[in-house]
Amino acid sequence: MINTDICIIGAGPVGLFAVFEAGLLKMRCHLVDVLPQIGGQLSEIYPKKPIYDIPGYPEIKAQELVDNLMKQIEPFKPTFSLGERVDQFQQEADGSFILSTSDGTIIHSKVVVIAAGLGCFEPRKPELQNLEHFEGRGVVYMVKDPELFRDKKLVIAGGGDSALDWTIFLSNVAERVTLIHRNESFRGAPDSAEKVVELARKGKINLVLSSNLRSVNGNGTVKSVSFVNKEKLVEEVDADYLIPLFGLSPKLGPIAGWGLNLDKNAIAVNTVDYATNIPGVFAIGDINTYEGKLKLILSGFHEAALMAQSAFTFVYPEQKLSFKYTTVNGVNAF
Amino acid sequence: MITFEIKNREQSQVIEIPEGINLSLMEVLKASDYPVLATCGGMALCATCHVEIERGEDNIPAATDIELDMIDTLPDASDRSRLACQIRVNENLQGATIVLKG
Repeated sequence: MINTDICIIGAGPVGLFAVFEAGLLKMRCHLVDVLPQIGGQLSEIYPKKPIYDIPGYPEIKAQELVDNLMKQIEPFKPTFSLGERVDQFQQEADGSFILSTSDGTIIHSKVVVIAAGLGCFEPRKPELQNLEHFEGRGVVYMVKDPELFRDKKLVIAGGGDSALDWTIFLSNVAERVTLIHRNESFRGAPDSAEKVVELARKGKINLVLSSNLRSVNGNGTVKSVSFVNKEKLVEEVDADYLIPLFGLSPKLGPIAGWGLNLDKNAIAVNTVDYATNIPGVFAIGDINTYEGKLKLILSGFHEAALMAQSAFTFVYPEQKLSFKYTTVNGVNAF
Repeated sequence: MITFEIKNREQSQVIEIPEGINLSLMEVLKASDYPVLATCGGMALCATCHVEIERGEDNIPAATDIELDMIDTLPDASDRSRLACQIRVNENLQGATIVLKG
């Protein structure tokens, strides 16, 4: 079990800066993010886009901001659980919290800060009947361990970079790979697209273009996948696994069921300290809402600072907080 | 006035927008309280403002490469798919019918 003062859900820019504000007040943080990397939307969606409204930076690339924030919070030694989603949330009799993640990590913390942006990024799912029924029984949305697919028959669906890259990689692992794409050509990285076409020409993979998934079939586990081909005819291909790779889309996820006051997919907070209706749980950044809310990174930074002042009273109930400037006090590492 | 029709599931609504406003279709949809996430804020990077142009496609400027790349990642994309954030609301939209997806 991980013991910490503050558990921050979401490792985007606001979650990261909250570590700094908490650290100044001697509170330790553990961060959980469903994405495998730090940085939230900035790293996942637009790492190379310049941002123009970060105070003190006339222009900064999104990934650079994340890297700088990591440098800024380094003195406070944050710990991370990445690629995990917080599923269970429970408040103890003493007011502290027990959180558990999709990978079974248990976190005990005095304060929970939800900095989850637009929620957790989840794979986009094709609209197929009974698809849910086969999840974990042959339908997977993410390639975590390629060895799982050794000598198996795979159907990969999608036309983006990840569909291309995994097709190439898994063609050397699986018994057979069939790639189904709705278009006649690929718009992904030209190199990867060329490689995929080459593999198909050599007969190393089965490339099915201008076709759409129709159904996944089997009794309990996946046995075959049907698709509608170019001629609008239904074809079936044997498969042990169907891997739909259609990118990620944000969802509020399990947070919705924690008893927090919600307003249109956002968590309602007060503007004194960005506390939610549950004492000890705060929500900062894009995930919260209040009158006049602006979804800006800089607003999230401000919210993090105020949140930390209030979180202090939960972490150190016996102590009196005296406000100190970093210019006077410096940054005292843990 | 620019007039076009929005279809969301079984419902349909005609929207009137004054000429000369500098907004994207995504921004108009959000302002009209449609459930459009627009995660990336209009950079054609998240595809949460996926729509289909049912009518009036010919008048709307074609999608750029970056938009087409993004559409290609969608499981329910069709030949009429567009990202609302990449469509400007101007006279090109007059009389169009737009179907919300996703």
